[in-house]
Amino acid sequence: MPVITGTPAVPDTGRTLSKQEIQRYSRHLIMPEVGMEGQLKLAKAKVLMIGAGGLGAPLGLYLAAAGVGRLGVVDFDVVDFTNLQRQITFSTSDVGRPKIQATKERLAGVNPQIRIETYETRLTSSNALDLFREYDIIVDGTDNFPTRYLVNDACVLLNKPNVYGSIFRFEGQTTVFHYPGGPCYRCLYPEPPPPGLVPSCAEGGVLGVLPGIVGALQAMETIKLIIGIGEPLAGRLLLFDALGMRFRELRLRRNPSCPVCGDNPTIRELIDYEEFCGIRGEEFVPVTTGIPEITPRELKARLDRGDDLFILDVREPHEYQICNLQGHLIPLGELPKRASELDSSREIVAHCRSGKRSADAVQFLQQAGFRKIWNLKGGILAWSDEVDPSVPKY
Amino acid sequence: MAVKMEIPTALRQFAGKQASVEFNAGTVGDALKQLTGAYADLRKHLYTEDGRIRSFVNIYLNDEDIRYLQKENTPTKDGDTISIVPSIAGGCPSYK
Repeated sequence: MPVITGTPAVPDTGRTLSKQEIQRYSRHLIMPEVGMEGQLKLAKAKVLMIGAGGLGAPLGLYLAAAGVGRLGVVDFDVVDFTNLQRQITFSTSDVGRPKIQATKERLAGVNPQIRIETYETRLTSSNALDLFREYDIIVDGTDNFPTRYLVNDACVLLNKPNVYGSIFRFEGQTTVFHYPGGPCYRCLYPEPPPPGLVPSCAEGGVLGVLPGIVGALQAMETIKLIIGIGEPLAGRLLLFDALGMRFRELRLRRNPSCPVCGDNPTIRELIDYEEFCGIRGEEFVPVTTGIPEITPRELKARLDRGDDLFILDVREPHEYQICNLQGHLIPLGELPKRASELDSSREIVAHCRSGKRSADAVQFLQQAGFRKIWNLKGGILAWSDEVDPSVPKY
Repeated sequence: MAVKMEIPTALRQFAGKQASVEFNAGTVGDALKQLTGAYADLRKHLYTEDGRIRSFVNIYLNDEDIRYLQKENTPTKDGDTISIVPSIAGGCPSYK
């Protein structure tokens, strides 16, 4: 075929774009920074996304639309109603389906000309290296510390860049870790927070648009890395504050004594990341051990009998507005200052959303001398399940 | 030296819900001491029991990590910004 353009020759790999693809990617092709060469790099690129949730949604959509030739997605979760507020790959009718399946259909709908590989599995130390080996770039859109450290270490061990994004409420962080010569996640944060200091229900939540913005930033960095244009976000941590609508940039440095990417690494294979993060087995240990409890059904029966019980709600005011049992509201954090509002001669039932914060409240009040106090087992969620289904769950 | 301290979302609940506070401080450590003096609940989130800055919390003076300056002894000047940057894991973990 005669060469009819004056542009530098595209590396001869046998891959060319079809007429249909040229039309699809026309807005890329007419930019010299991408052009035919860049688009063919995209077509040959292999990107693995960890997580098909809030960050994975915009990421997957943009990477698929951009024509990333092979897109892998790892996730083991099922779509639920609370996902729909931000995980824009999913439709209401996807609730109950595996995220992987719904994501694959959606991305294939966006671009049927790419290969989408799905892995319905939890990423673990035993499967991560085999999965990552097949790909050029790993994009981390997970939601927990053990997986963050696992993704980081696997990327360092296999020498692959890790396009990182994380979010909390109104705030996002993004960077490219382990870009040649650059820092890794452990250089930034050698250790995760102990589980007790991780935000609980009271401080959770995220504005739906935030993962959209951070995931889109990750998609942009991924595409830049593939095409090899611009300045990658390596060695820089981009902080995004949605409320102030400000971006700030902090300098990241590779730590020469980093245990995984430093000059004398001590971590040469994947470890047990749940243990590293101090959460081994935590989910199986009831946090309410030793705390006097009352079940929702018992509470209902006693209230119906007309027993004089004082209901103490230790959630936050904005949670009280969602649903309540008409209890007296004292958020857990204010309890030490406001315990005097309570009458220790009365029987008190404390509750929160799931029973964890109220267990802390009961423990605190017991230490303060309260004797007739119980924790509502399973909180307002269990009340909704067992007593009054008209109470919404959140 | 008037320095501004940026409080991250995750720690604002322990700092009177404020996004930033200002102190007169000669060093980063001095500013941190005043901050945890004003908001005692912040202390356990920033420091270990033996008084070291926790390893999942980074302190920046302007855009530089104080681990690569003079740590808590790093001198500050008027108009500097100290940022507290904790690691955040989300995604958006479901409520437990």
